[in-house]
Amino acid sequence: MAHASHSPLGGKLLTKPFLVLLIFALIGGFFIARRFIFGLGDVTHMSGGYPWGIWIAVDVIIGTALGCGGFAMALLVYIFNRGVYHPLMRPALLGGLFGYTLAGLAVVIDLGRYWQTYNLLLPWFAQPNSVMFEVALCVMAYIAVLWIEFSPAFLERFGLTAVRDKLKKYMFVFIALGVLLPTMHQSSLGSLLLVMGSQLSPLWYTIWLPLLFLVTALAMGYGVVILEATVVTNAFALPSEQRILGRLSPLVAWLLGGFLVLRFLDIAYRGHTGLMFAGDLNGFMFWLENLMFLGATVILGLRSTRTNQRLMFLASILLLLAGSLYRLDAYLVAYNPGNGWTYFPSVPELMVTIGVISLEILLYLVFIKKLPVLHGVRPVQSH
Amino acid sequence: MTAVSDTDLLFNRLAKTELDSYEGGLGGLTRREFLKYCTGIAATMGLPTVAGVQMAQAATASQRPPVIWLHGQECTGCTESLLRSYHPTLESLILDTISLDYHETLCVGAGKQAEAHKHKIMEEFHGKYVLVTEGATPTKDGGIYCKIGDKPHVEHVQEAAEGAAAIIAIGSCAAWGGIQSAHPNPTEAKATHEVLNGKTVINIPGCPPNPYNFISTVLYLLTFNKPPELDQENRPKFAYGRLIHENCERRPHFDAGRFALEFGDYGHRQGFCLYKLGCKGPETYANCPAIGFGDVGFGAWPIGTGHPCFGCTMKESAFNKPIHALADVKTYAPPTAFPAVDAPKGGGISPGAAAIAAAIGGAALGAAAVAMRKMPGRVDESDNTEHSD
Repeated sequence: MAHASHSPLGGKLLTKPFLVLLIFALIGGFFIARRFIFGLGDVTHMSGGYPWGIWIAVDVIIGTALGCGGFAMALLVYIFNRGVYHPLMRPALLGGLFGYTLAGLAVVIDLGRYWQTYNLLLPWFAQPNSVMFEVALCVMAYIAVLWIEFSPAFLERFGLTAVRDKLKKYMFVFIALGVLLPTMHQSSLGSLLLVMGSQLSPLWYTIWLPLLFLVTALAMGYGVVILEATVVTNAFALPSEQRILGRLSPLVAWLLGGFLVLRFLDIAYRGHTGLMFAGDLNGFMFWLENLMFLGATVILGLRSTRTNQRLMFLASILLLLAGSLYRLDAYLVAYNPGNGWTYFPSVPELMVTIGVISLEILLYLVFIKKLPVLHGVRPVQSH
Repeated sequence: MTAVSDTDLLFNRLAKTELDSYEGGLGGLTRREFLKYCTGIAATMGLPTVAGVQMAQAATASQRPPVIWLHGQECTGCTESLLRSYHPTLESLILDTISLDYHETLCVGAGKQAEAHKHKIMEEFHGKYVLVTEGATPTKDGGIYCKIGDKPHVEHVQEAAEGAAAIIAIGSCAAWGGIQSAHPNPTEAKATHEVLNGKTVINIPGCPPNPYNFISTVLYLLTFNKPPELDQENRPKFAYGRLIHENCERRPHFDAGRFALEFGDYGHRQGFCLYKLGCKGPETYANCPAIGFGDVGFGAWPIGTGHPCFGCTMKESAFNKPIHALADVKTYAPPTAFPAVDAPKGGGISPGAAAIAAAIGGAALGAAAVAMRKMPGRVDESDNTEHSD
């Protein structure tokens, strides 16, 4: 397999999008500071009934799934040895890097007693039977692994090629971990919901939750890779990656098709088909997410999509929206703790999430401009 | 005829197991029920299942160990509580498992007759009987403030302890002095171990103690001929190894900062933590939350019924500290800023939040549409030949 060469994009840092994103990140930062000074109640609408708000549902559950690009590509490139996809590897890893690191940050903001986080790492306090414990450890470990997997970009940037070559010898360990850890915790994000029992609508609650979460995480990982490759190559007038993406699309279509079949068969088998047509919010959300999943599946399965950038882009948007909605529904919309509890995020809470996502995109822009991440960039011109 | 029935009897007897052949039966229990009970006791003590069978054998041994039960300064609450144990009932314990040879509340005989029997047992089974003391021992003026048979209680205890194979102090009075020893302690009441220098006394504190902590200890003694593992105050670890706070069903309320502030207030009616009403759970070592009282199921214990624990098993707490004084939290102190007891159940949708959520959706859709319009549709395949493998 031909090894992909990467180079920094270069160019001005202080662009208009950069400044807009910076403003949102600063607003988010302001409310994060308030949360640490005045407490959670000052900023969020979370309550005893909804201890998990959008910071968990969006920043962590959806954020890490969007960060699965690195996981999905590593699976394809290294485990199935499909070197042709290698040019997409580094940008995908970078997306995962920010998705996960900022999800970790969101958890610390969300934790009531964040100062006790270090106790997770003390083996004598460990509760190995806890899914939450597994998720916490796995995510922490995966963040570290992602930084190591991505580190060649830094090492190349600063001319430490000798170190990079040494690291390369052991990289297979981190690549293996980089596939193992997300497999563990992405399915465990589904297992976390297994304890909710009847608090979660039967349209979402099933023993297959771990598998469904794993499959959607993988599909969303590929979705992110498609979206990001399409947007970046267009925005910066880089050579198109369409041909590689076109090869990827049937694979994702099969994955999504399997997901849909399993989901509907399972609901029918458990005898909850009626709930789909109940005409309530849950039913509506169920159809919304599944129709978007179906749309993405059909478009990606079409032969003409492989050469059509617009259709590919549309499919990836549908896929990411559907996957995100699936997670949002399972964690918040279709979750009802009873006893009159209600939840809708407050303005500051929303601004924190927007700020975190803005920071993620902002850092992505900085990194691709300053570090060798993208493939096929013409030599940087002096300016 | 007689020959046939004799053979039948013999056959029946042989067909029965060793356990059932025991004289007097099993107190109305079937063999299965009895084994289940012993296994249950073994399980509550954290022993392996096979220990249950060993216990059953020990409890049905033909030579029942004699027990001498002395009462000092007390209210008989410990005995009363033991009378209300149902697995086994006290009668099956004292008639089948042990031989309760002297107990002032339960003796059939009285006066000099009972005393004489006690002395006979003490001589006959010297070094073999179990001594149980209930109640504190007054020591002022030679112990004259509690006399039985014209002799101070302290002398009875010391005399009986001489030939005892094991000594158990049941209840807080015997274990650490109880209410009698509280200030100003006019009779200089002391715990059993304080008047028996050098003898090991197994302490089962509580006011009253849970009867099963006593029964479990007795069965352990009979089975293994040694006391169960004891802590530094000679309390069995299986029962007094953990704080009430650690297993309390109201513990989540403590951690969440939800407290009842007055009897009958909102928090109290909701079953919130009773720490602020003076509950001594955080400083009291006992297994009450795990096994409850009175065999009526979950929640039947002081904290379960809504009253703060007063630390009856602890010398530092019960009778020596005001009932509504705050406990000394041995795990970690709760945060100082507690949230309100009546937490709101959700803020609803604010117009601003709805606007922002809609704006996010709109912006995402708009950006996607614009991006799609700008990008070329079909891509020329020759454009990316350099990627081919």
